[in-house]
Amino acid sequence: MAVSEVPFEEPLTELRRRIEELEAYPDDRRREREIERLNGRLRKETRRVYGQLDRWEKTLVARHSDRPHTLGYVERLMDDWVELHGDRSFADDPAIVAGLARFRGRPVAVIGHQKGRGTTEKIRRNFGQPRPEGYRKALRVMRLAERFGRPILTFVDTPGAYPGIGAEERGQAEAIARNLLEMASLRVPIVVMITGEGGSGGALALGVGDRVFMLQYSTYSVISPEGCAAILWKDQARKQEAAEAMRVSAPDCLELGIVDAVLPEPEGGAHSDPDATCEAVGRVVAEALDELCALSTEQLLEGRYRRFRALGRFNES
Amino acid sequence: MPWFRKKKQPKPVRNEPRPSSVPEGLWVKCDGCRETIYSRDVAENLRMCPECGYHFRVTARERIAMLMDAEPAEELFAGVQPVDPLEFVDTQAYEDRLRIYAERTGEPEAVVVVRGQLDAMPVVVAAMEYRFMGGSMGSVVGEKITRAAELALAEKRSLVVVSASGGARMQEGVLSLMQMAKISAALARLREAGRPFLSVLTDPTTGGVTASFAMLGDLNIAEPGALIGFAGPRVIEQTIRQSLPEGFQRSEFLLEHGFLDMVVPRGRMKATLGRCLRHLAG
Ligand SMILES: [Zn+2]
Repeated sequence: MAVSEVPFEEPLTELRRRIEELEAYPDDRRREREIERLNGRLRKETRRVYGQLDRWEKTLVARHSDRPHTLGYVERLMDDWVELHGDRSFADDPAIVAGLARFRGRPVAVIGHQKGRGTTEKIRRNFGQPRPEGYRKALRVMRLAERFGRPILTFVDTPGAYPGIGAEERGQAEAIARNLLEMASLRVPIVVMITGEGGSGGALALGVGDRVFMLQYSTYSVISPEGCAAILWKDQARKQEAAEAMRVSAPDCLELGIVDAVLPEPEGGAHSDPDATCEAVGRVVAEALDELCALSTEQLLEGRYRRFRALGRFNES
Repeated sequence: MPWFRKKKQPKPVRNEPRPSSVPEGLWVKCDGCRETIYSRDVAENLRMCPECGYHFRVTARERIAMLMDAEPAEELFAGVQPVDPLEFVDTQAYEDRLRIYAERTGEPEAVVVVRGQLDAMPVVVAAMEYRFMGGSMGSVVGEKITRAAELALAEKRSLVVVSASGGARMQEGVLSLMQMAKISAALARLREAGRPFLSVLTDPTTGGVTASFAMLGDLNIAEPGALIGFAGPRVIEQTIRQSLPEGFQRSEFLLEHGFLDMVVPRGRMKATLGRCLRHLAG
């Protein structure tokens, strides 16, 4: 029997199980009517459940393991994908993928976090937590894109940069900082899509661009709700309160001016319909690229500077 | 480095550190040598232990006094004040925290910016105040350091930022995170214009501050023994489930791994910064 990865999906999982059961029976009018009735209930129930998610529950949706990851978007939206590897200095980090592709006929560079599915793949990808060489690979491919005049698309979905001994020895902080500096002045358009977890500096290191978009149930935060709860409440279990207090949801980020638009997800979240999700992402990215490619380099860089320059809230006396 | 010793020692700073920053009581225990030391001996020694050279933390204003030629250096952007954009409450309301730290430290926020001369070189200096909420970076710190970089660019000055921070400030949520991008973008412009930016890292410099401007100096210079890293030691230990080697994430460790240009004791910091600035912009 299917078990829900997120607790609030339990009633939905139960309905899906009953529908599946009925579908195994021989075809008849009564069965058809019952399936139709259950599907109606499933839609209603999905709308109800997803209509009242709090910020912690949205965090769980953002982390859902069936959510499309960068390579899922590449597969559905890109043609002629050529993946590139390595930072030319130490290693290739599988937690970040980078490559060249054609997007609706336009040559682009694509860079994103990759979490992996299934235990083996998740471990190989380090659960989408990059080490410094991941950020350096990303920067290498971004510079390549700049040199050849290709727009850059980034897909952000990480719990954060990996906190390990090797990562510190090889300059995790320097690698992230370098990307922030360089991305501010790359002379090609950059479109950023936050697709899942926007986990702190590890997310921001792929997150500086001319347009920044967020999927409806993705999150963006300065620290994980668990981490915040552990520090401020001295109790990881207070993660719900931390998620609420930090306002990690996409609508919050829109209100704070962090992102330019929030993309609606299918009614049961991106994991319930990856194809429709990717299609919606494709539409928005295409529109943004059309706008950005019409700008001069000076306009582009000035716009990018102003965009981030304006972020923050303070009084002035 | 024998050529360093030949240099005469820097002049003592002109003004005494403020009384408020001297450790409370007549005696202080040194974390370096575990000796009990007369507080005034520490205060008169640039807040270093006279026995072992351990560097006690200093306030932003003490730092500025140690680095700038003339006092008072002209303070800038002091009117930029914090607000509570998220109406954040944990075990205490952010608004109350801001008020309490302002009362306790006499500073409205975690950075002080001045314009003036450092060893006769025209500079803008931003010094972080660790006592104010652990030197955490929210919108005000981000705004003031960005303005410092923009002013350095406009007036053809060099920029010096002295970091002392636990990282981004949780109470301003993702707005704090964005300050990393904002400051870095301003530093990119400074770099393109060929103005020097010296990053001075002091104990502690971690999290989003390290992962943005603190690591982006044309030169990165640290005080001895400072904790410098991305993740905090406790987070790493919990992740890898083993304890960390001695000296891990200390200045000398970062120097060894190639992320610092030099480790410079406090007594030679001003002269060193001055020499470097003359090399780059003289
Ligand atoms: Zn001592």
